[in-house]
Amino acid sequence: MVKLNDDERAMLAGQLGEPRRLSMEHILEVGRFFDAEDLVEVSQVHLMADTESTGEAGLQYLEMLGTYPEGERRVRVPTVTDPLGCDFAKADRINYPEEFIAQERRLSAAFQSLGILITQTCINYQTILPPVLGEHLAYGDTGSSIYANSVMGARTNFQGGPSALAAALTGRVPRYGFHLDERRRGTNLWELRCRPESLSDWGAAGAIIGRAQGSYWEVPVIVGVDGAPTSDELKQFGAALASFGSTPLFHMVGITPEAPDLASVFDDPPPDATEIARADIDGIYSGYRPGDDKLDVVVFAAPQLSLIEMQTLGLLLRDRVVHPDVTVLAATSPEIKAACDRMGITEMIETSGAVVLEGVCFYQMHAREIGKANGWRRLMSNSAKIVNILGGYGYEPVLGTMEHCIDSAVAGRIA
Amino acid sequence: MADRVIRGHVGIGTKVEGEALVANDNFSARYDLDRVKGVFSRPTHKLVGQNYVGKVLVLNVAKGGVATAWMLREMAARGMCPLALLLNFANPIMAQGAAFGDVALIDRFEVDITSAIQTGERVTVDPETGTVTVRGGGPR
Repeated sequence: MVKLNDDERAMLAGQLGEPRRLSMEHILEVGRFFDAEDLVEVSQVHLMADTESTGEAGLQYLEMLGTYPEGERRVRVPTVTDPLGCDFAKADRINYPEEFIAQERRLSAAFQSLGILITQTCINYQTILPPVLGEHLAYGDTGSSIYANSVMGARTNFQGGPSALAAALTGRVPRYGFHLDERRRGTNLWELRCRPESLSDWGAAGAIIGRAQGSYWEVPVIVGVDGAPTSDELKQFGAALASFGSTPLFHMVGITPEAPDLASVFDDPPPDATEIARADIDGIYSGYRPGDDKLDVVVFAAPQLSLIEMQTLGLLLRDRVVHPDVTVLAATSPEIKAACDRMGITEMIETSGAVVLEGVCFYQMHAREIGKANGWRRLMSNSAKIVNILGGYGYEPVLGTMEHCIDSAVAGRIA
Repeated sequence: MADRVIRGHVGIGTKVEGEALVANDNFSARYDLDRVKGVFSRPTHKLVGQNYVGKVLVLNVAKGGVATAWMLREMAARGMCPLALLLNFANPIMAQGAAFGDVALIDRFEVDITSAIQTGERVTVDPETGTVTVRGGGPR
């Protein structure tokens, strides 16, 4: 039995409107499944919100909520969105299937009616409102969840769209999983024997650890990281770890806030460490090595690029021309796009023929249909997360460093 | 032959009966499925090419991202959904998706569920009691 306070009981009884009643029912169904004793208040919600995921059914549910009076349908805590599925300004340039444009516009209208901030970003922890140590959240993107849990020491489970929406409308989530101290202890140990040298190396290291995680409840602990990685490096590492492992939390000893030392994250003597050497990281790249050098599209996304990554990309593309047979896409958030416009970075990237996409992420924008519309099959990226996902979407993904991706895009074949 | 009962944790959704499709592999709706054709599409998945629609899908753990939470309801609305999901370990996303989409889900069994049921067996899935009954399965 999940314990409820007066406010929660009122919501469940429908006294605060049907949207909150439906949300409480959903929360309790999930809470019972995970033996939650009660609910926990959250201070921020990050809602996954592309129409490929919501489908028409999810969209209709959101629109149904939007028909209730404003006092009943408005979210109770600040709620921001993950990337939407379409950058309307660039839809023609990438042959975005028209059938989805109307759906995307309906989705935005539905969010607006609920008082949701349409931030269209998966890097909200870098660009909107970074969480703080111990803050309870309802984050709905694996990349934002693992970053908030691990790097910031905030507390969230993966709250998929319907659950994040329920959290937004009630301000509550069931208290289970990574909201609890005991679930945040380490369960397996890794030693980095070499320093990853690039963002894609960090992603590859995350992929190695992620693949070995048995379930959502495993918490990998990493030692051997000499000196703090950057936010972008941890972003790529975490996104890959979460994608390959369905893992929401890691500790990096001496780096992340809950792991000043090994004793802080293991109750008993720690298990033996699995070593990650340079050859292991190289092995991830060779797992995506194609049989020939054909190249159709190069994608920088998953997660969206920070201002620093956008600048790096701009400098790599400056005074160069993307080969006419290859499309280069770089996805970032609306805030970062505006900054790039202002600072001349967008121009530096797009003068080469590459395309900057705003408020979207490649795999959340009907990538299968876009691929068909453009005849894209061989895809190159520096994101281990994206190469992991797109294999199931009919692409032949190749992992490379940002430099390798750009050299290949300019050459018109995998360099 | 007598029925065989396998116990798990109390689940989500309503009681259903159907044919099992089993593999010792993991599950994500976004990563593993062609949800338009109703088949497993991830090249490295053990069920690649197999039709999952209307089947009691028996797999190891929930993997991948958060999209499955939205997707099961859409798949159910289009008649492109598994009948039920039996996993050794679900994750929150699978539970949220099952609750939102009203798809039967049970996990945390007393045995490895992927070796306790074989493809093609008739099973009854009862989330309220957390039990799976293999019809005519007999003791194994």
